[in-house]
Amino acid sequence: MELLYNIFVDPFAQMVSTPDFLLQVLWEGFVTGTLYALIALGYVLIFKASGVFNFAQGIMVVFAALSLVGFYEAGVPAWLALLLALGIMAVLAVGTERLVLRHMVNQEEIILFMATIGLSYFLIGSGELIFGGETKSMITEELGLPTGSTVLDVAGGIVILQHIDIAAAVIAALMVAALAFFFSKTRIGRALRAVADDHQAALSVGISLNQIWAVVWFAAGIVALATGIMWGARSDVSFALQIVALKALPVLILGGFTSIPGAIIGGLIIGMGEKLFEVYWGGLMGGGVEGWFAYVIALIFLLFRPQGLFGEKIIERI
Amino acid sequence: MFGKMVTGATILATALTLQTGSVSAEETLFVPSLSYRTGPFAANGIPIANGFADYFTMLNERDGGIGGVKVTVEECETGYNAQKGVECYEATKGKGALVYNPYSTGITLQLIPKAPVDKIPVLSMGYGLSAAAIGEKFPWTFNYPATYWDQMSSIIKYIDGKEGGIKGKKIGFIYLDVGYGKEPIPLLDQLAEEMGFTVVKFPVGVKEMQNQSSHWLNVRKERPDWMIMWGWGAMNATAIKEAAKTRYPMDRFIGNWWSGANVDLEPAGEAGKGYIAANMAAAGTDMPAIQDILKYVVDAGKSKVAERSDVGKVLYNRGVLNAVVVAEAIRTAQEMTGKKMITGEDMRLGLENLDFSAERMAELGLPGFTAPIKASCENHGSGGSIFLHQWNGSGWETITDLIPPMTEKVRAMLEEAADKYVADKPDWQTQDCG
Repeated sequence: MELLYNIFVDPFAQMVSTPDFLLQVLWEGFVTGTLYALIALGYVLIFKASGVFNFAQGIMVVFAALSLVGFYEAGVPAWLALLLALGIMAVLAVGTERLVLRHMVNQEEIILFMATIGLSYFLIGSGELIFGGETKSMITEELGLPTGSTVLDVAGGIVILQHIDIAAAVIAALMVAALAFFFSKTRIGRALRAVADDHQAALSVGISLNQIWAVVWFAAGIVALATGIMWGARSDVSFALQIVALKALPVLILGGFTSIPGAIIGGLIIGMGEKLFEVYWGGLMGGGVEGWFAYVIALIFLLFRPQGLFGEKIIERI
Repeated sequence: MFGKMVTGATILATALTLQTGSVSAEETLFVPSLSYRTGPFAANGIPIANGFADYFTMLNERDGGIGGVKVTVEECETGYNAQKGVECYEATKGKGALVYNPYSTGITLQLIPKAPVDKIPVLSMGYGLSAAAIGEKFPWTFNYPATYWDQMSSIIKYIDGKEGGIKGKKIGFIYLDVGYGKEPIPLLDQLAEEMGFTVVKFPVGVKEMQNQSSHWLNVRKERPDWMIMWGWGAMNATAIKEAAKTRYPMDRFIGNWWSGANVDLEPAGEAGKGYIAANMAAAGTDMPAIQDILKYVVDAGKSKVAERSDVGKVLYNRGVLNAVVVAEAIRTAQEMTGKKMITGEDMRLGLENLDFSAERMAELGLPGFTAPIKASCENHGSGGSIFLHQWNGSGWETITDLIPPMTEKVRAMLEEAADKYVADKPDWQTQDCG
């Protein structure tokens, strides 16, 4: 009886009795979800262009952020360091296309996936060699990003809003809008969708596969840099950050591997869902449940929509 | 004919090289260093590995080694991964390894059963299996200056001395959800029952180290009077930032000695002001031996430190302390056996008879570096005192004298745990200290 009470009554009673805390939980879930969505966006971009899950996206986030901080620590002004970090991601995109992807046109997707695992290890090793293994602080203020917090009085309690979190939400929204425009309204965006459907068919109508791949990897690099800055501002830049990127997996399962809105909505559902469950129900299981609960949410959705919320329904002729 | 001569000369040269190599290897004391300069925990692993290696390099350069024999320190990268740690052990044990310092509780747990078989002792200095402090049951494992249980009892003692005691208080325990983080829980639960306080636990998975907002929302919900942290790697800095964000009072947040390094607090800076952590080795460079490291190693370009200012920081000096203890145990073993070149078995004797007194620290140029360590057949680690230091926004300030553990409570629990460990191992090698 007590168990039933703890599951079905007590959490909701807590939500009603402390609405300020509920708002704080929802806000933290929203911000975390936004950041999950940013990571997932990087995966979606590559998947849309090549049908491959880019295992290296997590380390790309770390590599981009470390490049930015590394240039700044070397005495380069913050704005120039940002441009140089973007340059690094451009070089990485072109290099990946020239040295890896170009040789794998029309190969099985699993081969491309394995190549991204190799790329991941290459970036880990070279990143540690170049930047060292120490944790670095993100240059939040130097980049002009807001710091500090605003405290709202809500129903006799407080809700604390970190300014960097608000900035993360705004930047994520802008990136989604820009990417949606890029994919639907530009010639390269349409060509990219054609490549995603069929490499050979796209080649036969004169689309440059190599150029498209380089462009999309660069776009994923930009998303990685934005993600690295935002996560780094919250909890510093270290190689442990690449593990957080795995949180994008349930987001992708939920939102669909090819949908940009899916990444956003999926991110928010996972982010807010796991926070609510951890805070109000996690104690019943000893805490630390959000690590697996995200997958539970994704699997529940998967039962009803195997292609994800916004994924394309695949119909194949037999 | 010419071809045969070249072949013969090549074989001869190879043989000579091999012979020279083996002679050289025999003439040095071999100390493997299971380090982690890569991976999610590298930021903490690097300064420890540097301090450990630099002290031996300094002894080699300044004194010609220990007892006239140079020390070879060979690093093997574990990435803080137990499987890789075992691979490193297997790869280096045949080179005449004297002692293993795993720098990971997970790796330590793997090496404890191997130590008596290969006759190479394990020194898990201030980490690892707490029960290994019972020398009768664990002849080959040492964990002084103090076990995790000792350390936790000292922290509880500190809290108990504040504001009318710990009775009736709520203690939050945030920990890395691996063997290391869980290690002090039995003692914490026991003390809670005996001393009348409650414990709320916040486990942080390795995947969530840099994503702790849920945990700190729970802290805000539970409102513990004090928070204790058993963290490592990126978890520490994130926890401190989240605590500041949640407006948890920093002077009621206490980390263990793996959660109180410069690398943990520097990212938070002013926001971390007031945070308290345990420590076992004094930080700073104003000790003659540390000055010698700067002179003979760092300034001579023989160190791996990125910057000269890295010397003297908390984890660097922790690595130095580990090396000092190993060096002193080697010296003790040399004196006891009369041999310059000692074996793992000799090293075990040295570790068991270590007497690292305040006078000896002063002689070594490390006055007041740590609490005195005196091992014995019965006691391989328990009983050492800790001190607490506090972050002032840019550096650490020591705020307590040495705090002894609750030995009377801890020792009984350690013995019980040691008995339990060996109970289902009929071939386990124990020793009689009677």
